[in-house]
Amino acid sequence: MSDRIPVRKTYKLYIGGAFPRSESGRTYEVTDRKGTFLANAALGSRKDARDAVVAARKAFPGWSAATAYNRGQVLYRVAELLEGRRAQFVDEVVAGEGLSARRAEAVIDETIDRWVWYAGWSDKIAAIHGSSNPVAGPYFDFSVPEPTGVVAVLAPQGSSLLGLVSVIAPAVVTGNTVVVLASEQAPLPAISLSEVLATSDVPAGVVNLLTGRAAEVAPWLASHMDVNAIDLTGAPEQALELEVASADNLKRVLRPDAARDADWTIPPGLERLLAYLETKTVWHPIGV
Amino acid sequence: MTGKKFEYAPAPESRAIVDLKPSYGLFINGEFVDPADGRAFKTISPATEEVLAEVSEAGKPDVDRAVQAARKAYDRVWSKMPARERGKYLYRIARILQERARELAVLESLDNGKPIRESRDVDIPLVAAWFFYYAGWADKLDHAGFGPSPRPLGVAGQVIPWNFPLLMLSWKIAPALAAGNTVVLKPAETTPLTALLFAEICQQAGLPPGVVNIVTGAGETGRALVEHPDVDKVAFTGSTEVGKMIARSTAGSDKKVTLELGGKAANIVFDDAPVDQAVEGIVNGIFFNQGHVCCAGSRLLVQESVYDEVLASLKRRLGTLRVGDPLDKNTDIGAINSAEQLARIRELSAVGEAEGAERWAPPCDLPDKGFWFAPTLFTGVSQAHRIAREEIFGPVLSVLTFRTPQEAVEKANNTPYGLSAGVWTDKGSRILWMAGQLRAGVVWANTFNRFDPASPFGGYKESGYGREGGRHGLEAYLDV
Repeated sequence: MSDRIPVRKTYKLYIGGAFPRSESGRTYEVTDRKGTFLANAALGSRKDARDAVVAARKAFPGWSAATAYNRGQVLYRVAELLEGRRAQFVDEVVAGEGLSARRAEAVIDETIDRWVWYAGWSDKIAAIHGSSNPVAGPYFDFSVPEPTGVVAVLAPQGSSLLGLVSVIAPAVVTGNTVVVLASEQAPLPAISLSEVLATSDVPAGVVNLLTGRAAEVAPWLASHMDVNAIDLTGAPEQALELEVASADNLKRVLRPDAARDADWTIPPGLERLLAYLETKTVWHPIGV
Repeated sequence: MTGKKFEYAPAPESRAIVDLKPSYGLFINGEFVDPADGRAFKTISPATEEVLAEVSEAGKPDVDRAVQAARKAYDRVWSKMPARERGKYLYRIARILQERARELAVLESLDNGKPIRESRDVDIPLVAAWFFYYAGWADKLDHAGFGPSPRPLGVAGQVIPWNFPLLMLSWKIAPALAAGNTVVLKPAETTPLTALLFAEICQQAGLPPGVVNIVTGAGETGRALVEHPDVDKVAFTGSTEVGKMIARSTAGSDKKVTLELGGKAANIVFDDAPVDQAVEGIVNGIFFNQGHVCCAGSRLLVQESVYDEVLASLKRRLGTLRVGDPLDKNTDIGAINSAEQLARIRELSAVGEAEGAERWAPPCDLPDKGFWFAPTLFTGVSQAHRIAREEIFGPVLSVLTFRTPQEAVEKANNTPYGLSAGVWTDKGSRILWMAGQLRAGVVWANTFNRFDPASPFGGYKESGYGREGGRHGLEAYLDV
């Protein structure tokens, strides 16, 4: 072994394509499952959450207007970069979730493959979820899915990377932008994922990542009037109060589901894709 | 013509076809029953203030009884019945609705105040079409794109508004039954009569008892239904304010909720639109059904270069609208549904004037009795005015202007609502661009206020969530 002192990483938030510290100046200690110090993560605040929503809103027009083919390629490239950082993610998941190296490798494989799976939906979901409507009159009438807008995501607490990817990818692939609160106990893989996003082609603000306490930050996201939808997966014990707050502007709410959220290795269905889609119906007369 | 409209002889539709009973019970488990505490309220004709009938007011025990009946029917009959048999009941209902269409239309106009022309030509035909459409889905759910053997949710609690009483009933009941659910439906307190006639139609169709239950009452009845612990699905059409209350009260439950709420739709007229067609569309957009339409085109956005022309033409057209007896076949605009709603329309219109907008209405003789409001438009409206932001739900149009398509989009989307929008232009590429930019669930291009059971309907943002109509409408009633 060499005596060299490794250069440690400062783990920060990811907002609008930049890596700020929490404006509150606070951090919290992140340890592995045995209690060994890993890092000080930013303890995100209300202000950080609001900044992240602003960044997500700003990114929405561009990202939602990108062609589905383009979004698919951008997200596919994220999978390419994840593949290149496999070893790092394996180490972080081993440390954060206490998995064996072998198990962690399987989780990373699944994470990358899941990202690819969702990326491929970008230009297919409209064919599955849109329709041409045979109305009883001389009208051309069709329905298309469109992104809801800004989605707040409370990422699962237990599955710090596979779970995280499984909740972010279905929201952004259809053109939504997200503010995601990472697993409180194991936030480091999420921060490394944000570094991947920053160096890929995902436009700034499409994914904004906060670390901190759900109990503190989630209520501000749930009551935020410029958030269109919220995924409560990561805060089942707060779900009732958060859903009540979400009614202020009638957010689309994805409720936690203990059975569904217990095992992230199970291949997902379309639920999370459809949860953040609106259906727009357009009518036009037919005539000569 | 010298500014004077043609005189028409009265052409009233006969109300003899309607056989009104003096009082109505609740429809629970296939029969009409009295409410536990015997409470009742009166429903009146908004055109004459004449009492039409006395209707039972369902309290908590009655709602409970109805939900139990629906549960029992779900467990023992409806969920066990082969899907194609379920479908046949819906086809039967569709056919009886067609057979009794005139009776339903007259009753709807009596109780609601809408012109017979609309209830006869729009509401009731669509009601039958809705049941006919969803009847066919009952045995095809495996192919609806929700995976193999999608399951119904169970008992649906449904609360509907007074603006399209029977049509909203059909939007709720037809997909619910087709998907295999049983229902308890509460019609609005000012318009319960066609729902009660529908209950008779269920009896004629031989629908098994408990599959459809109708509980009449006001807000408290609705609350009891929505909050009932044995209701699996809540479907509501009504105000955004009540919609938010329902979202709060169902939070943390397993109930699936769909909400179809208010709107403040922009109807956007570009300078290349054929003015006469656009004016017809504007009139249809805001004066159809007295403006009691959640998707009404209540904000007119006119491109500045044609503002004078469009406004002159619009005013001329408003002068020809005939306001009066809903049962008269020549009537364009009927009665406002209730004294309460009339008060709200008057209040917001007064605010419009007070905030500086200019009010205009054609000279118009309104009947002495009943609730009436002349077709009205406001010019000089800014985006900050309350009449440009709040849903008036009456025959009141706010007129704004724009210069560029971008500005039109900006103004159209500047609202917490997102139910519908209209675009009038001759340019195809612009229609599709606008349709993409508008944050609204339904975009009518060179038309307005079109509805069809095959066409999904529902809002973005605070206009609610979920879709009614089409394949999408099934999702609201399936466990997917």
